[in-house]
Amino acid sequence: MTAPSVHKEPSMARQKEMISQHFKKLTTAHESGKKVVYTFVPGNLTELMLSFDCLPVHPEINALQSGMRKKSAGYIAEAERHGHSEDVCTYVKCDIGMLKKGNIGPTGEHIPPPDLLLLSYTGCFTFMKWFELLREEYDCPVAMLHVPYQGDGEITDDMREYVIRQLREDVIPKFEEVTGQAFDIDRLKDLLASSARAEDDLVTVLESAKHRPSPIDAYFGGVYYIGPIFTAFRGTREAEAYYRELREEVQERMRVGAGPITPEGPLEKERFRLVVEGPPNWTHFREFWRMFHEEGAVVVASTYTKVGGVYDRGFRHDPDRPFETLAEYCLGCYTNLNLPTRTDMISKYVEDYSADGFLINSIKSCNSFSAGQLLILREVEERTGIPGAFVETDLVDPRYFSASNVKNRLESYFQMLAQKQVQAS
Amino acid sequence: MRGVIGIDLGSTTTKAIVLDEDGRVLGRGITNSRSNYDVACAVARNEALIDSRFNLFRSRAAFESVAAGARDGIMQRLELGFRREQYSGQLDDLQAACTEHLTGPRFSKVRDAAQGVLESSFATLRSETRALFSETGARRSNFFRDLAGSRLLEIMEPCCRERSVPFDLMMGLYDKSIIGVENHVPEVTFESNVMCAMGDALEGGSLDDIRSAALRAQLEDVARETLTEACVVGTGYGRARLPFPRENIRSEILCHGLGAHAMFPETRTVLDIGGQDTKAIQVDADGIVESFQMNDRCAAGCGRYLGYIADEMNMGVQDLGPMALRAKTPVKINSTCTVFAGAELRDRLAIGQRREDILGGLHRAMILRAMSLLARSGGIRDEFTFTGGVANNEAAVKALECLVQENYGERHLNISPDSIYTGALGAALFARRHAEGEKEVA
Amino acid sequence: MSRVADIVTTCEELYEDLEFSACRAWKEEAPGRHAIGYLPMWVPREIIHAAGMLPVGILGGGDKLEIIRGDAFFQSYICHLPRSVIELVLKGNLDFLDGCLFPSICDIVRNLSGMWQLLRPDTYVRYVDVPQNFEPDRGGRFFRTELRKLIDDLGGIAGRPVTDDALKHSIELYDENRRLIRELYDRRSAVPWLVPTSEVYLVQRAGMVLPVEAHNDLVREYLAAAEMDDRPERDNSRVVVSGAFCEQPPLDLIRTLERAGCYVVDDDFMLVNRWFAQDVARPGDPVDALVTAFLEQGIANPARYEPHAGTKGQDLIECVRRRDADGIIFAAPSFCDPALLERPMLQKAVEAAGIPSTAFKYSENTGQLQPIREQAGTFSDSVKLWSSV
Repeated sequence: MTAPSVHKEPSMARQKEMISQHFKKLTTAHESGKKVVYTFVPGNLTELMLSFDCLPVHPEINALQSGMRKKSAGYIAEAERHGHSEDVCTYVKCDIGMLKKGNIGPTGEHIPPPDLLLLSYTGCFTFMKWFELLREEYDCPVAMLHVPYQGDGEITDDMREYVIRQLREDVIPKFEEVTGQAFDIDRLKDLLASSARAEDDLVTVLESAKHRPSPIDAYFGGVYYIGPIFTAFRGTREAEAYYRELREEVQERMRVGAGPITPEGPLEKERFRLVVEGPPNWTHFREFWRMFHEEGAVVVASTYTKVGGVYDRGFRHDPDRPFETLAEYCLGCYTNLNLPTRTDMISKYVEDYSADGFLINSIKSCNSFSAGQLLILREVEERTGIPGAFVETDLVDPRYFSASNVKNRLESYFQMLAQKQVQAS
Repeated sequence: MRGVIGIDLGSTTTKAIVLDEDGRVLGRGITNSRSNYDVACAVARNEALIDSRFNLFRSRAAFESVAAGARDGIMQRLELGFRREQYSGQLDDLQAACTEHLTGPRFSKVRDAAQGVLESSFATLRSETRALFSETGARRSNFFRDLAGSRLLEIMEPCCRERSVPFDLMMGLYDKSIIGVENHVPEVTFESNVMCAMGDALEGGSLDDIRSAALRAQLEDVARETLTEACVVGTGYGRARLPFPRENIRSEILCHGLGAHAMFPETRTVLDIGGQDTKAIQVDADGIVESFQMNDRCAAGCGRYLGYIADEMNMGVQDLGPMALRAKTPVKINSTCTVFAGAELRDRLAIGQRREDILGGLHRAMILRAMSLLARSGGIRDEFTFTGGVANNEAAVKALECLVQENYGERHLNISPDSIYTGALGAALFARRHAEGEKEVA
Repeated sequence: MSRVADIVTTCEELYEDLEFSACRAWKEEAPGRHAIGYLPMWVPREIIHAAGMLPVGILGGGDKLEIIRGDAFFQSYICHLPRSVIELVLKGNLDFLDGCLFPSICDIVRNLSGMWQLLRPDTYVRYVDVPQNFEPDRGGRFFRTELRKLIDDLGGIAGRPVTDDALKHSIELYDENRRLIRELYDRRSAVPWLVPTSEVYLVQRAGMVLPVEAHNDLVREYLAAAEMDDRPERDNSRVVVSGAFCEQPPLDLIRTLERAGCYVVDDDFMLVNRWFAQDVARPGDPVDALVTAFLEQGIANPARYEPHAGTKGQDLIECVRRRDADGIIFAAPSFCDPALLERPMLQKAVEAAGIPSTAFKYSENTGQLQPIREQAGTFSDSVKLWSSV
């Protein structure tokens, strides 16, 4: 790679090691007798999977990794050659393309085929189609968990019960069938208790951004912070250790008044505090981040870091209510919230984190996020009295990232904020 | 004297504005943006400085003492003469470039014949110079490429036939050479050019020798005056490529907002439709941008769209508006997608719809896109200022007026004849603030 | 004018009337009447009807509506339907609606429900989250409570509870409607030159804005009149159209297919009319009847999870066989995730079954029909050749 001087936080080394260990386990899964489960980040049932000694694979994570490693363009082209439309989600196409080209994962190792497809259909319609497509490629059972949408902005008893019944009667029996192991509720409870401890630390880290200057970037940096807890590691000792270390790092920066570490180096002067809605672009992740760094802009809160759980609104996995807690976790993920709730959340972030502005990164692939964002923009502007910025990119389709276009908008936006600051002072 | 300069590096044209110490517009310059932004920037700046000198001269006492009726004639002849001198210089450059490129291997067989074509064609072209820059001369634009290019090729074609030189070869030669000429900044020879032109300007006039001499002296004085640039600020689509320090670059959003405010102080909403993008901007009473929206990633409905349509119809882009105004029942056009525009157009022509009606519909469709953007940015407030190249298109303006009335009711619509300079004016105003040492956070 | 032409003209007027005058008139006929909108795919219209309300299908703005406000809310990569719906909302064309139901089609329509909540806080909004688990004690149980909630909510708006008897009666009326539409489809397949698709389409569209009782009469009348008409049979191919279940193709596009030489002998327009292949009514609790029908006989479509591997596309293949069709036209709206993600799976299945197909995209305001005409014409010619060898 051409980036010799990438600055990193020490906890990142630990995370990298965790991921590398995980992929090693995956490549040897079939020899070690472990079962491989493909599943999605939102509404993931990691503790349940781990209680059956299964190894999770997340197709979205593979896709985003492919994007960061500049492989996605080729994979997408491959899927389009197989008849996929240019209009649809590029995560799906990137994943299908990777599969068609031999399923080589982000660490360069082959990813084993699934023993089970666990379709947690949460907050994204495309997930359902995605696994129907994968099912055509693999001869393996599918466990479907339908998580209803919070259309009225609340979790009702019936929704919770519906999810729990599916867990008990569809998902768990399928795990028992695939793994040959009996369900062990005590093991699940232990894992859930561990999750809650890590979640406490994560929330402390995310909320550290209320401090001025913020010791973290809650979007670009945030995607690293959520990595372990959104994927294969929630409920593990490694995750607990990672979040403890991260928390200490962040608290130390806060103590000395330091800003976040970015790949370009520490942010020396915090000029703009922003809230960001929408997933990042992965193909130009560092370039995108640099555009913020150059302007002294730091993201103090983001919604993307809530797709695998909205912990800062109080949710914790609760070992005393194992089924209820799993159901509530799934039901509560960010993309399962309705538009009024999302609007409230973003407005509240702007206030709670004393933001100067907010940005919507509108992702072509992701209708679950994107449809209605322009109304969210208007509503948040009205409620907070702060103008928002709007840029368009994609998850992993490099054809859809125009650096000059994005930079033009961001620059204009930051200059506008600067002018307002001058005027106000 | 000291002045500040604002430069707007757009996707199609580059504009420059010079402000004097009191913040008044001293001169304007424009050139086509071409591939080399540095050159475009330098040329626009030079043009604005030339314009400034003319304006300085115009305000000199010796000139103002000339009878009002004669002044305009003198100024017109002076400027035309100046342009003619400038043009002749560029012709020399072009011929030299062409001759130099003749040495290439492609010309090995026809070199002498081609040399003959060049010499005779350029001679013909030169012989037309005086007529071209006469008060009645028809000039398509002020850009050298437009003035010399097509005419040169017209002249060359029969010449090539006579001398059995493939015309394609000469077209290629021209294309290669004109890029070279456009991409180097001509030396500014204001003084020699303008003094030459002065002779013509005074000819046939009714001025006595004493007055003429006074004018000459004043002109010489203006030509020699040092114009100090206290500060230059750049903006526009290509601003990132300007060789300026960061703090001397402003986003075109801010510049358009401030520029529109300077032109029409009651402006609260600005719509700018340029070549590559469309912007809807809300400004406060001081011209400070409150919020803005730009067209999404898709360039549908921008100026470039009209360019495609014009190409497709084999018309000049400036002729689209007048034709659209003759629409009787505008056709409903659903796609402002630039990619599909050509296909849709051919479809409609194929089923026998009138060109006027299709163009009427196209202009409305384009403005509909802008209306969406305006709605996204917070609507249209009073007063409403329309800027950018498309603001010169009457059919677009008519469609806009109609849609504004339908959707927002009565709004005062401002369009300046100098609207194309809005961004440059805003940049110049920022330059002025900068020069005055106003503390800027940016 | 012939009787058929009269009926079709009436239907076309209803179709083109974006002011929904017929619905407004129905509301004004008696005080205290309510109208509830619904988006494409499926909602339990029986419940709306049983509450004494008029269900109104909101299928977008077609190709005549000029979009100004709607575009302000949607990025260029989002399909056209929500733009026209928002345009209609903000222009006031839908101000007569007391509520709106949003079926679970995709994330765009799902989020549109939230947009409606924000833009029309005065109205009732319900996201109809149908189960994707089809087991009675999981999906069935959940859906029953969902439907009960809807019944209670609508009863509340109506000011009187919805009785089981009323619901039973409504189910019977809609069963009758579905029987008539099935007959319409069967007749079209049998004599497509007498029952052209553009007319079948318009007759169905009328059902989006008329009370079911009136629509039943209309379909009956059309069926009787169409058979009486004297129209020549053409040497057209027989095709099934798939993918047009949400955002609707413009009427001119449907006519273009016919003009290009295709008899459309089955399609997925307005699935709400044909969601169940058999009657819903059965003895006992009417809500149970709806739930059971939904779990057991809901029509296969991209928004419905297919729980069994290896069955994707089988319904479509079966349809082609039943209708004796020569091929399939995959016509999907641009940016339609469900249709476009489903398409490769369907294509694979029909290809394996040896059924020819072609594919294009459209939007509800597609103005360029010439390329579609050429494509459909070429396809039609080629499948005729194919079936003659």
